[in-house]
Formats: sequence, structure tokens, C-alpha cells
Amino acid sequence: MSKFPKVLFVLTATVLGSAAAADTLGLGREATPDEVAAWDIDIRPDGAGLPVGSGSVLDGEEVFAEQCAACHGDFGEGVDRWPVLAGGQGTLESEDPVKTIGSYWPYLSTAWDYIHRAMPFGEAQSLSPDEVYAITAYLLYMNDVVDDDEFVLSNENFADTRLPNEDGFFMDDRDASPIMASADACMTDCKDSVEITMRARVLDVTPDQDGAEEMTEAAVTEESAEPVVDPALIAAGEQVFKQCKACHQVGEGAKNRVGPILNGIVGGAAGAVEGFRYSKAMAEAGEGGLVWDHEALAGYLADPRGYLPKNKMTFRGLKKAEDIDAVIAYLASFE
Amino acid sequence: MTKHRTTRRGFLKTTIATGGALAAAGTARAAGDPAITEVQPWAQYLGDGVDARPYGTPSEYEAHVVRRNVPWLTADPVSSVNFTPLHELDGIITPNGLCFERHHAGIAELDPAAYRLMINGLVDRELVFTLDDLMRFPRENHVYFLECAANTGMEWRGAQLNGCQFTHGMIHNVMYTGIKLGHILAEAGVKTEGKWLLAEGADASAMTRSIPMEKALDDCLVAFKMNGEALRPEQGYPVRLVVPGWEGNMWVKWLRRLEIGDQPWHHREETSKYTDLLADGKARRFTWEMDAKSVITNPSPQAPIGHGPGPTVLTGVAWSGRGTIPRVDVSLDGGANWQAARMDGPSLPKSMHRFYYEFDWDGSPLLLQSRAHDSTGYVQPTKDALRAVRGENSIYHNNGIQTWAINEEGVAENVEVS
Repeated sequence: MSKFPKVLFVLTATVLGSAAAADTLGLGREATPDEVAAWDIDIRPDGAGLPVGSGSVLDGEEVFAEQCAACHGDFGEGVDRWPVLAGGQGTLESEDPVKTIGSYWPYLSTAWDYIHRAMPFGEAQSLSPDEVYAITAYLLYMNDVVDDDEFVLSNENFADTRLPNEDGFFMDDRDASPIMASADACMTDCKDSVEITMRARVLDVTPDQDGAEEMTEAAVTEESAEPVVDPALIAAGEQVFKQCKACHQVGEGAKNRVGPILNGIVGGAAGAVEGFRYSKAMAEAGEGGLVWDHEALAGYLADPRGYLPKNKMTFRGLKKAEDIDAVIAYLASFE
Repeated sequence: MTKHRTTRRGFLKTTIATGGALAAAGTARAAGDPAITEVQPWAQYLGDGVDARPYGTPSEYEAHVVRRNVPWLTADPVSSVNFTPLHELDGIITPNGLCFERHHAGIAELDPAAYRLMINGLVDRELVFTLDDLMRFPRENHVYFLECAANTGMEWRGAQLNGCQFTHGMIHNVMYTGIKLGHILAEAGVKTEGKWLLAEGADASAMTRSIPMEKALDDCLVAFKMNGEALRPEQGYPVRLVVPGWEGNMWVKWLRRLEIGDQPWHHREETSKYTDLLADGKARRFTWEMDAKSVITNPSPQAPIGHGPGPTVLTGVAWSGRGTIPRVDVSLDGGANWQAARMDGPSLPKSMHRFYYEFDWDGSPLLLQSRAHDSTGYVQPTKDALRAVRGENSIYHNNGIQTWAINEEGVAENVEVS
């Protein structure tokens, strides 16, 4: 690397040398192979690190619809400001580049690694290797990298599958840029005239400071006016609610996200939050008179898909009854 | 505030004249500033005792000094960023509670008893350390800035956000206590083919970045304190990586694993993100170092000039990922003429520097700019010069010169100038 002065290389060699010379403190203990395997899940472009497994485009379409589409859209087009995953080819030189796996990402391993380690958002590392292969295969299909919906991606053919923009990257060369050269800075009469060419006020996108303060005050008032239920149960529910937060907001200033606002949900009618696009199943259940009393909500939270088939919530459900009671108590604290 | 000035003699006269009336009325008020002439409640009654605030917080009058978010920037606050209120701060150290936050899966709340740091890959011994183990290594203290590569990223195409908090607030500068990464790696024994290091976080995004071994052994720290106290949860409690001078995303928080390899991993945050797309559709990768940059924090849109013409303090901060900032120039006329600002406070490599420029404002409109020079001789470029070589799609590494327009009332606005 040209950016490192030679002195540094000498220094590096010295430090490495001392490490090899067993001049150590003897701290820490040996990691067991199982421990390393549990945490070392990273994948490289050459496929190093991939587990044995496979998944097809068609399988991937199914998993994607269930696990990913709520944020990324059925065709990877992105809902709200969630990332767009497909399309965008030919846009990188335009005023509005669309950087997707097909248009921008250099290596398929990046997608596999990221989906496996961090997705779905809010329930990371819950997908099996086969599911990740399947989703990745479907992403290749949506991006026209493969055109056969029978295509099966596996650890065997993974390294052979290349993305179109692999050669679109080069190493940092800012050192060679003309603006990096040290220059004499002009101090007087550097410009003939100075005109304002753009004003931020015209755009008016700066957050309103007063609004933020009002919100905080309102939230504080609400909190202090809340007695009735066991505060410990509500606090426990707040912890459980962390699993829901990726999609749902509750409290003052809450907005519909991937899931609807949950203010007043306990005792409220199903499918009734204004401005939220419910699944057909949920909308019909609401019209049919489903009310989220404790029993109904408990049943739904234990098994969302079983309780109300074909609804859009991708959550797997809460296993423990005490977690369900706690989260309902927490939600009931918001009117 | 009133502009009326009372001379000492005039003040005395008034006091004497009303003195008699005061004595007669008994309850009439003394003339002068009530902050002085009236007994204030804090001067009369007792305050909280020592145990009322076991962990001290700022005065209630400072409640507006907080990190702020720009909600439209991201899809969800759990994977988002907020901004340091630079316009409210002075000196070079950012208070821990005001250091901007950037999370990819929210704040991980780690139990220090369950904290483990693993080293694996191309090493002689794959090791696991507890927090207690880490406390037995020799420690170092260093002040470093951490700047997000996307700081000022919203301003590539023109002036957009009104406030240095929003335009430049993805930065903080604190003193870290930690262990040289090289000491920890030496325990495991890096094999000669080990040229790269993968740092991984323990949060639900399992953040990863590839770091070249030269940098890892040069000045990186495995840090557990900031400004003397434990890292805040939002800054990676109990342990984070410190990668001085390099983009903030590499300073992996909640650090749980260091893997040694012979090539980089090309993970999401070094391919899809944190690569700089140029106008020709090609992208720079591994743009780690942060270029020299400065910004005037006062006056600025959130901190207008409130006192009218007369003695005025202009101040700001400057920093460089390549060394120190020996000099900052300031312009009051949009870059036509420049004066050297007064540098003050410690000058430490890869740390924020504070500059001041005191002047007598005549009340006419100003176009304020600052221009940093770093210890390599590099001079902070104008936004136009930067766009000429980088296009407008870079997102990252915008270190162009910022302009604030000040009008006759002292109101400041984010603008661009010819």
C-alpha cells in the first residue's frame, strides 16, 4: 500500500517479530472449535466460510415474501426508505444512481454474508443456510443475473456466480488527486465577486427544534400520569417489545412503519389504524368484528400465522406466556 | 437585552435620588438590575444535598443542548444517526452524552459479565478474553476524533440543512483509554500471511469491517473508557475499536471478535456502503482516511449573532485524519479575503482542534468560511473544487469549505457561493 510510509513497514515487521518471539503476557484462554464456529460466520468473495447447503429461486421467492418483502417489497423495490435490492442497472452515472445488488455490489458473498448475519432486521441470524441460499438465488433472479427460475445456488457453484459490477471499484487513489497536492492558499483578493448561489432555507428540510421539544414534554406528562397496572410488568413488557420495535412504534409521536402504530391496540378493533395498509386477512377480520382484547391478542402473539392465516406480520410469535402478558400490559399503557 | 447603557456616575445618581423614596415607602424596589438588587432564590434558600444527584447532569437551563435526528434521512430510528450539537460546545472534548450516535440495529445492551473478545483465523493460538483479562494489559490514553464518512454527505449537491449540528455533527472527540491492538494480537501470535483483520460487533447487525494489518499494528486501540468513564452503551459498551483518523464506521462498537486473514472480506459496509461513487460510474473502495476539514460553529444557523454590532467571537473546529491542524484561515466575505484564525487548546494528531477569530462586527452582512491546513500541507478544498473531481454522487468524504451567510440582524443561513 503506497499510502504507508516505509518507516511504518519497518515498525510493522518489528511488532510482528516480537509477537512471534513469544514475548507475551499469557492472558486469555484458548477458544474451543465450537466457540469459533459459533461466531466465525463470515463469508469471503472466494466462498471461504460458506456452509454446505443450497436453495432455489422458487424457494427463495417464498422465503423472501415471508421474511423480507414487508420492508424490501415483493420485487426488491423497497418500501418507504428501506433499501432497494433489485434493478438500477445502468444508473450509476446518472444524477440518481440506484445502487442495488445487481447494479452496484461487487460480490455475491456480500449479500449472503449480510443476510445471514443481520437479516431479517430485528431477528438476525434466524435464517437457516438453505434459506439464505434460496433468498440469494431469488435476489440473483430479480436482478437478471440468472434467468432460470429453476436455478439452484449452493456452496458448490457459489464462487462461479459473478455480479455485473465486480470491476466497478478501484483502490482509494485520493493521494494522486490534484486537490490533495499541498498548495499555497490565496489570502487576499482571491475572487472578483462573490454571489450566493444556493440557500438551504429554500429547501426547508431542517428538522423543527420546537416540535421536538413539545414532543418530549408530552411524553413526560403521559408517563407520569400512568399508574394502575404493575409497573414491573409494564417494564418487562417494554423489554419484550424490543422484538417488535423493528416494525412497530408506540407512544407519543408514533408513526406507521412496516407495521401499524400500536397506541390503543389493547381493546381496539383489528385492522383499524388509519393510514396503514393491512393484509386482506387482517382487514376482513376487523370488519368481521375482531377486537384485540387480552385473549385475542394473546392468541395472536403466540402464533401470528396460525391465529390469522395470510396476515402480513412476519413475526414468529412469543413462546412464553409471561412475555405475552408483559407485552400486552406494556401496550395497554398507551392509549 | 436593552441597548441602554447606564454610566457608573448616572447609576449612582439614580440610586441616591430614589434612596429617600425607598426609605419612605419601605417596600419600593432599588433601582438597577434586579438580578443584582433583588435577592435571588438560590441566594436565599438551600439547594439539593450531595446525594440528590449521584450521577450529575447538566443544568436544567441547558436542556436544549441535545443530539438531534433528521427523521427523513433513514427508514427507521433503530438503524439511523443523530448529530452532535457542535454549536453549543467549546474546547475540543465532546461530552459523552452528546457524542453523535449511529447504530445499525439499535443500542446493544451488553452484560459485561458475559462480554468476550475472540481472536481467530491466521494466528498461532485462537484466544478468548474476558473483560477482566483485558484489564490486565498495559493501557494508553489518546484523544481522537471519530467522524462518520457520511458527515456532510447531505450537502454534496448544495446547501441543504440549516445548522452545523446537521451539516457537520456526525463527529465527536473524546479521550480514550484502551489497549494497543498490537498487544492483544501478539498474545494470539499473528501468522506471517495474516495481512488483514476483520473486526466484528456483538449487536444485532454483527457489524464487520476489514482493516489492513499495518493500521491495526500502527495506532488502533481496543478501548473501554471515554473521557475517563466506561464507554456509553450507544458508543459500544463495554469495548469498542478505535481506528484513529479513519472513518467512523470502522470503529466497531460492542467489539466481540477479531479475525486475521490474508485478504479483505468485502462485506456490506465496505462495498454497498462506504464506497465513493464517482461521476463516471466507478467507485473508490477502502477510502479510510478522513481528509482535513473545518467548520465555524459560532455564529451558525442554530447560533445566530444576538448582540448586534461590536466585539464578536467567531469560533469553530478543525481536524485531519492525517495529523494535526497547525492553521485555519477564516473569511468574512465568502472566500475573497482570508485571515489566519487563532488556534487555541491542545494540538494533538487526529484530534479536533479549536480556533477563534475575534473581530468588531459593523453590522453588515457576512459570508463566513473557514479553511483548514493540516500538518501534511493539505488545504481544505472548496465544495466546487471537490465536486469537479468527485461528481455529486459520492455521499461520503465531503470535506468542502462551508459557508454561512449572516444578515444585518445576525441571522445565519447555510448557503453556497460563487
